[in-house]
Amino acid sequence: MSIFSYLLPKRQNTASVAKERLQIIVARERSTRGGPDYLPQLQEELLQVVRKYVPVDQDAVNVQMDRESGCEILELNITLPEA
Amino acid sequence: MTKIVVVTSGKGGVGKTTTSAALATGLALRGFKTTVIDFDVGLRNLDLIMGCERRVVYDLVNVISGDANIKQALIKDKKVDNLFILPASQTRDKDALTIEGVEGVLNALRDDMQMDYIICDSPAGIEKGALMAAYFADEAVVVTNPEVSSVRDSDRIIGILASKTRHAELGDGDIPSRLLLTRYSPERVENGQMLSVEDVQEILAIELLGVVPESQAVLNASNSGSPVILDTDSDAGQAYSDAVARFLGDQLPHRFLTTNKKGLFGRLFGG
Repeated sequence: MSIFSYLLPKRQNTASVAKERLQIIVARERSTRGGPDYLPQLQEELLQVVRKYVPVDQDAVNVQMDRESGCEILELNITLPEA
Repeated sequence: MTKIVVVTSGKGGVGKTTTSAALATGLALRGFKTTVIDFDVGLRNLDLIMGCERRVVYDLVNVISGDANIKQALIKDKKVDNLFILPASQTRDKDALTIEGVEGVLNALRDDMQMDYIICDSPAGIEKGALMAAYFADEAVVVTNPEVSSVRDSDRIIGILASKTRHAELGDGDIPSRLLLTRYSPERVENGQMLSVEDVQEILAIELLGVVPESQAVLNASNSGSPVILDTDSDAGQAYSDAVARFLGDQLPHRFLTTNKKGLFGRLFGG
């Protein structure tokens, strides 16, 4: 850092961009962690079926596998656009 | 009781071998009988970092396949007492690593050689070598750089540690996993160009074992084949010493997290 760096425009804070991107991707990857391998494909096919009837976004279908006291719960969450 | 520690990261080039060498040397310096094992079959490098590359006769795969016994394969460190190196094979393929074979080697180190600590230097990736290095671990050190791909890969490895170790399979719960942040540059953090230690901790949500600053001492150490922890004048060497102390339960404040504030002269003329 020299006197000239005070005259130049301040550089962008890329660390905060990195943190935000990481928080999103890590949260998404954790939600499918340990789940069966077919989950992403299931999600994709469900999305296609829903889209035949309702126009929805790519992330409108949320599939999650949870384990609770020995039984597995497949949770399906579909956000429909407001009518 | 023998403790098995895996040093892992997912991503390559973040400092696993440097850390394995430093941790093993630090533990041996404190009087613990320690072996550090290179699990990177086909791409061995720990021997170079430890400075014993010309003394390798037998390797991990030789011991697993019964070509040599553990005593013949272990290389005793010349600089530090209580320190032993078990190199990886340079020629055999990864399939030579089996659960039973690795277990046999670890049992021999525990029962026949009476080791206090066994440090498993994991290869990069999440393939067999990495899984084998982690499987029998009682504890993990996750080495991460403050950089997006390294942090993401570390998160994946933390997930694997939670499900794919023997302790996890036996239902003993997660093994203790601690974060070692390496190549940290306080100046770049202050300029907003690098993830801070708090950022990385918030994302990975595991306990912090230490922060090792980006340092010329690390390359100098590998150039000369002497673990950086032995360079006691260097910032990285001191940071690793602190990390070893914390590993053993000491409460030490983290150092090297801020830049040395320059005076007016330095600010005007740079440097």
